[in-house]
Amino acid sequence: MKHTIGILVENHFGVLTRVSGLFSARGFNISSLAVGETEDPTISRMTIVVDGDERILEQIMKQLNKLIDVIKVADLTQEDSIDRELALIKVAVTPATRAEIIQIVNTFRSKIVDVNPRTLTIEMTGPEGKIDALIELMKPFGILEVVNTGIIAIARASELRFNTAKQGPAGKAKTATKKKTAKAKKK
Amino acid sequence: MKMKGSKIFIEALKREKVDTVFGYPGGSVLPIFDEIYKSTLNFILVRHEQGAAHMADGYARVTGRAGVCLATSGPGATNLVTGIATAYMDSVPMVAFTGQVKTFLIGNDAFQEADLVGITRSITKHNFLVKDVNDLARIIKEAFYIAQTGRPGPVLVDIPVDVTLAEAEFKYPEKCYIRSYNPHTQPNIKQIKIAAEAITNSKKPILYVGGGVIISNAAKELTTLAREAQIPVTTTLNGLGAFPEDDPLSLGMLGMHGTAYANHAIQDSDLLISVGARFDDRVTGKIDEFAPHAKIIHIDIDPSSISKNVKVDIPVVANAKDALVELKKYVKGPKTASWLKQIAEWKEKYPLKYKNDNKVRPQYIIEMIGKLTKNKAIIATEVGQHQMWAAQWCGFTKPRTLVTSGGLGTMGYGLPAAIGAQVAAPDAIVFDIAGDGSIQMNIQELATAVFYKVPVKVAILDNGFLGMVRQWQELFYGKRYSETDLQAGNPDFIKLAEAYGAKGIRIARKEDVEPAIKEAIAHDGPVILHFIVEREENVYPMVPAGSAINRMIGGMA
Repeated sequence: MKHTIGILVENHFGVLTRVSGLFSARGFNISSLAVGETEDPTISRMTIVVDGDERILEQIMKQLNKLIDVIKVADLTQEDSIDRELALIKVAVTPATRAEIIQIVNTFRSKIVDVNPRTLTIEMTGPEGKIDALIELMKPFGILEVVNTGIIAIARASELRFNTAKQGPAGKAKTATKKKTAKAKKK
Repeated sequence: MKMKGSKIFIEALKREKVDTVFGYPGGSVLPIFDEIYKSTLNFILVRHEQGAAHMADGYARVTGRAGVCLATSGPGATNLVTGIATAYMDSVPMVAFTGQVKTFLIGNDAFQEADLVGITRSITKHNFLVKDVNDLARIIKEAFYIAQTGRPGPVLVDIPVDVTLAEAEFKYPEKCYIRSYNPHTQPNIKQIKIAAEAITNSKKPILYVGGGVIISNAAKELTTLAREAQIPVTTTLNGLGAFPEDDPLSLGMLGMHGTAYANHAIQDSDLLISVGARFDDRVTGKIDEFAPHAKIIHIDIDPSSISKNVKVDIPVVANAKDALVELKKYVKGPKTASWLKQIAEWKEKYPLKYKNDNKVRPQYIIEMIGKLTKNKAIIATEVGQHQMWAAQWCGFTKPRTLVTSGGLGTMGYGLPAAIGAQVAAPDAIVFDIAGDGSIQMNIQELATAVFYKVPVKVAILDNGFLGMVRQWQELFYGKRYSETDLQAGNPDFIKLAEAYGAKGIRIARKEDVEPAIKEAIAHDGPVILHFIVEREENVYPMVPAGSAINRMIGGMA
């Protein structure tokens, strides 16, 4: 089963290797990984999507928590969460197909960001399934290139539902996450 | 006050009350060694960096405080790697310092450069590359804090040479706060009560105790609980010494080379109380058939140890000591009289034994070492048959008296670890029980022992074989002794001892065993006892890899 894992880490050099090393050491292939700074520049957030055995995954989550640079870990698959992915899709066009492609793009509420005599580039944001659907529809026209950000995910509910194994005071870390959830609610 | 990085290093070690550093100099650590020259630090110069790491490890296991080792960049640092991995597998607190090439040369394939942070990532609890001298004091503070708290482990600090030459204001942090690291030590009382109730209601409980009890200094608490509730105790290799083996409740070690009665008791028990142990494959044998009738309580400080190998019914995440103290408050002695009677029958029926004839049997030698030191010596071991015999026959009664590489199984560990242990406990009698194979892996440290007058006694049980591998070849590979016969290539161990300036005693007859051990103990300096033992003696009982632990071969009376 696919799992989306959200991880708050110290924004240090080398942290990405520590985290990804735990997956690779057990022969887990990371399907996607997205990292970015949070509202607190000393903290980064990773969203990792992996496919794997539940029991081993539980072990990896515990191991992630053990890493000194990891502040929090949550399995967002089990949460009510919002998942988004951004894809840039370059499609071959001819005068005959252009109109049809534009129509599909509009139906998907995605954008055309570049137009060439022989290609169109589409920018699409949304949950993974929607992007896959668009790609599927574009295939008959001839997809030249696809670039994908990988999924980013956020829990809808409060930080308390951020299902974490790490305990202790960690005053600073908790306030940081609270701020984030507050922002999410506003949106 | 402003000072150089090298001076900050020395001052920081002083604040951490480090009295001894094991290490070896080199280009990238010259500024640090210049400060060591000016300081009062007790520095032990080893002969190979692997020795430094094992000595720091032995020191840490005996004192409970972090052992410290220091090596230069590149080859010096990579030589520490086996020692760091050994400490990691057995949760030994250690801080390893390595020199590194200048910061602006990192990644340039500079002379004696190796990416130690990368190499040691998966064998350290944490590691640091110090890129700014202003961070040095804080990082050293954090390194010691991380190494010694929670589930202990080795921490590596990689320091580029220009950082040791640069200057910074020296402010040593009083306290350490790492927001992402809050080791959990206090047990959840609700879980403790559930565990206590399970114990109270059990009929055939057994305490399965690991190194965690020794690490958290909980041997006393364990012993009190076991005696008051009349629960039998079996320990893992690294748990030996947590419970006195001369107590009738002791079942000795369990697992692959454990006692038959410990393994039978595990398989028959209705409640397994695991404290500071991690259900290693050498303990459980075939995991699906391990303790099939038992409910499992697992007390461990590391949440990732729980339900890793077996499904646990009652998990308690806590320091072993805190958990045992709380547990004792709620446990009302289960009725174990008939269970203890059953165990006594097994003890009677399947005792540990060996052929006590007129030959020089390795078990006899080890039993004699235990007897002549009144089971109070610190026993270091290498890895192999002799290690298992030491576990079976030494009769450990006190914690921190066995220094052995249980997890990684590092040959060549024993001699340097024994030296580290002896430096930590100068008044103790320290033995390294060795085989003729293992001892040659770090024999160069005999020079260190002689130079610093560290009076370790090395008992080489020489069977001219890599005995444990040979035993497996005998039992499972049709006696095809592939590359395990060392006899023709072995050196003259007596001449070797003498070449280093140590005392050498050769023993080839049973009646010479006792006087030789006595002579070694009486001698004020390092001794090599060269015992020529039975060549094809096997370690029994033995659970073949992948079998249930009550399916033992040999030694079954």
